[in-house]
Amino acid sequence: MNWTETIERISGVNPRKCMKCGKCTATCPAYEEMEYHPHQFVDMLSSGRVEELMGSRGIYMCLSCFACVERCPRNVEPAALIEAVRTAVLRQQGANHMKADAVPALLEEELPQQAITSALRKYSKGG
Amino acid sequence: MQRIGVFVCWCGSNIAATVDVKQVAEALGKEPGVVFSTDYQYMCSQSGQEMIQEAIREHRLTGVVICSCSPRMHEATFRKTCQKAGLNPYMVEIANIREQCSWIHKDKITATEKAVILGRAAIAKVHLNAPLTAGTSPVVKRALVIGGGIAGIQTALDIADAGFPVDIVEKKPTIGGKMTQIDKTFPTLDCAACILTPKMVDAAQNENIDIISYAQVEKVQGFVGNFSVTIRKKARYVDETKCTGCGLCTEKCPQKKIPNEFNLGLDNRRAIYIPFAQATPKVATIDPNYCTMLKTGKCGVCSKVCTAGAINYKQEDEIITREYGAIVVATGFEPISMEPFDEFAYSQSPDVVTSLELERLMNAAGPTGGTLLRPSDGAHPHTLVFVQCVGSRCDGAQKGKSYCSKICCMYTAKHAMLIREKYPDTEVYVFYIDVRTPGKNFDEFYRRAVEEYGVHYIKGMVGKVTPQDGKLKVQASDLLGGRQMHIDADMVVLAAAIEPDKSARPLATMLTASMDTNDFFTEAHPKLRPVESPTAGIFLSGACQGPKDIPETVAQAGAAASKVIGLLSKNSLTCNPCTAKPDELMCNGCSSCEKVCPYGAITYVDKPFRGPNRTTLTRRVAQVNPAVCQGCGACTVACPSGAMDLQGFSNKQILAEVDAICR
Repeated sequence: MNWTETIERISGVNPRKCMKCGKCTATCPAYEEMEYHPHQFVDMLSSGRVEELMGSRGIYMCLSCFACVERCPRNVEPAALIEAVRTAVLRQQGANHMKADAVPALLEEELPQQAITSALRKYSKGG
Repeated sequence: MQRIGVFVCWCGSNIAATVDVKQVAEALGKEPGVVFSTDYQYMCSQSGQEMIQEAIREHRLTGVVICSCSPRMHEATFRKTCQKAGLNPYMVEIANIREQCSWIHKDKITATEKAVILGRAAIAKVHLNAPLTAGTSPVVKRALVIGGGIAGIQTALDIADAGFPVDIVEKKPTIGGKMTQIDKTFPTLDCAACILTPKMVDAAQNENIDIISYAQVEKVQGFVGNFSVTIRKKARYVDETKCTGCGLCTEKCPQKKIPNEFNLGLDNRRAIYIPFAQATPKVATIDPNYCTMLKTGKCGVCSKVCTAGAINYKQEDEIITREYGAIVVATGFEPISMEPFDEFAYSQSPDVVTSLELERLMNAAGPTGGTLLRPSDGAHPHTLVFVQCVGSRCDGAQKGKSYCSKICCMYTAKHAMLIREKYPDTEVYVFYIDVRTPGKNFDEFYRRAVEEYGVHYIKGMVGKVTPQDGKLKVQASDLLGGRQMHIDADMVVLAAAIEPDKSARPLATMLTASMDTNDFFTEAHPKLRPVESPTAGIFLSGACQGPKDIPETVAQAGAAASKVIGLLSKNSLTCNPCTAKPDELMCNGCSSCEKVCPYGAITYVDKPFRGPNRTTLTRRVAQVNPAVCQGCGACTVACPSGAMDLQGFSNKQILAEVDAICR
């Protein structure tokens, strides 16, 4: 199975449902932090450019706020797609974005517990 | 014993490419009762039909089986062919070896085998066919149009013009519909009221048209040519024949704070009101939900000021029952609720409006007298953002509609253009997914908005709108420019998807007219019969059938009218003789059939029967009115004693077909 198929399978995202309205990107609070934006994630999946996306630092900037999922008129779920891309990267040997040990140092007191748990899941395999 | 002829059609290569037609003709020729069997390239052609007629005469055929396309396509053609050769048309059976065989199979051997089986089943049925004679039923030469918007008005005018009386039933106090609320019309920018109100007056003055306003259809009985419709004309507490429409009562009524539905709640009206100046009929209506007199018995101001003595607080709903030959549905559309799309802050700020609300805000007869003012503070807006496709083109039914609402691209271009024309100090942004402007002079119109009026068209949907410090913070993405946009807007206009009027579904049930999953009425054929419902005698006009702009609506309204005129100009209609027929000796009087009959064709009568020893027994038995029965067969399935049978599709015939298939 190639990467495109893997990502489609684990995310459940069907990029062919996308009508390229860009509401996901318009709604994204992390827009400025990412070199690719939610509507591009979907486009890259449908045009078989998943590996470029896997190499992008921007995928870790996604807040997993799911605003794009909530507002997508076509139920495409770009956040689920990016989550799957991160998972695919992390599943590779030694591809952790960050070690679990490194997380405490970055924590802020006001950070909600949910975000910490989510960060561990987002950034490393061991989380 | 029948003498049956079998005719296998090639349908060019449609059938012949997948089915060995020669082999089918040969195999079927060996079936019992078959005295003639042949194949031909196009059975439906002139020479094909002549071949059938010649065979009927030469071989003295008593039954005909045609192996061809679906009976929906050419059954009527072949019945006529055979009738001309002296055969009863109901002695003809079609074996569908195209849609149900050649088109769906790839393997020639399998398809040929199946074609033989289908032909054999048809032969088995013809053996049990009996000649049937179609009766006739008269046509009531009056039409009913349900809905008095531009679609209904145009249909009624056209029917009336041909000399037939027509009634318009409108649920609102006035006819005119959505078009009365619209300011200007695209692509010519002529004023909607200026082109609509003369038509409303024409309708009111036409002696063939009877406008039944503030009324709703309650019950529909009967069938094509002979509908009986019950209409409830709601009490308006004003005598229509006396009211002069002077409007004094609407100025004096002390109940002032009632949301005015004509202006979509953007201003208020009184408890007694005339929706707008050109209302037709121009008669006041009392809103019983707000009238103090009707609620508490104290007030009576309108009655005191009315010089015509038209106020009648004791008026009651009137029930009208009339006969019609044809019914036209013209129930129109509504914009959908913006509730599921609160990212656009419709419920959070009065400055976020729908496009129809904007029409009122720009209309000279609207709440602001035609000056575009921000609803929250009455200030002149400088930055306006239009959001396209709100609730259109959505996936799944929970949020929005799956279809394109079709009219929004054009009216938004119109709005943007009008605003830029009238207020050159404004910045107007239109966020679009696709700009869809097919239609005569439509794309040119949109290009004018961009090129001449400087409207900013930006590819990308708005993500969210946040009301903050008296502004609307709009976050959007310019997908082609690759930049995120943050606009401080004064007003946001949402192009809300449109959906069929809420009254459409219950009406469809009354009419037994079919609808799609979006509650749009279904046409009899999407291409070839676009203004007829599959239910005979029911016609479709305007947006009740699908999203439409005004030119299309008017065109369809005229088309529906011409179909109605075609029907009403006939003196009688040929009935379908394939109706249900009970075996009275087997009927046990249980009423099961009566309950399932969707057409009300079955009644019960007490009938004397001869009993043993010269006695007479009175038994309750079913009777079918063949003029009303549509031959759906529901009763034959419901009958527990097997007394009910459908002529032309008897239980015996169907089982004979099944047996032939299983042989």
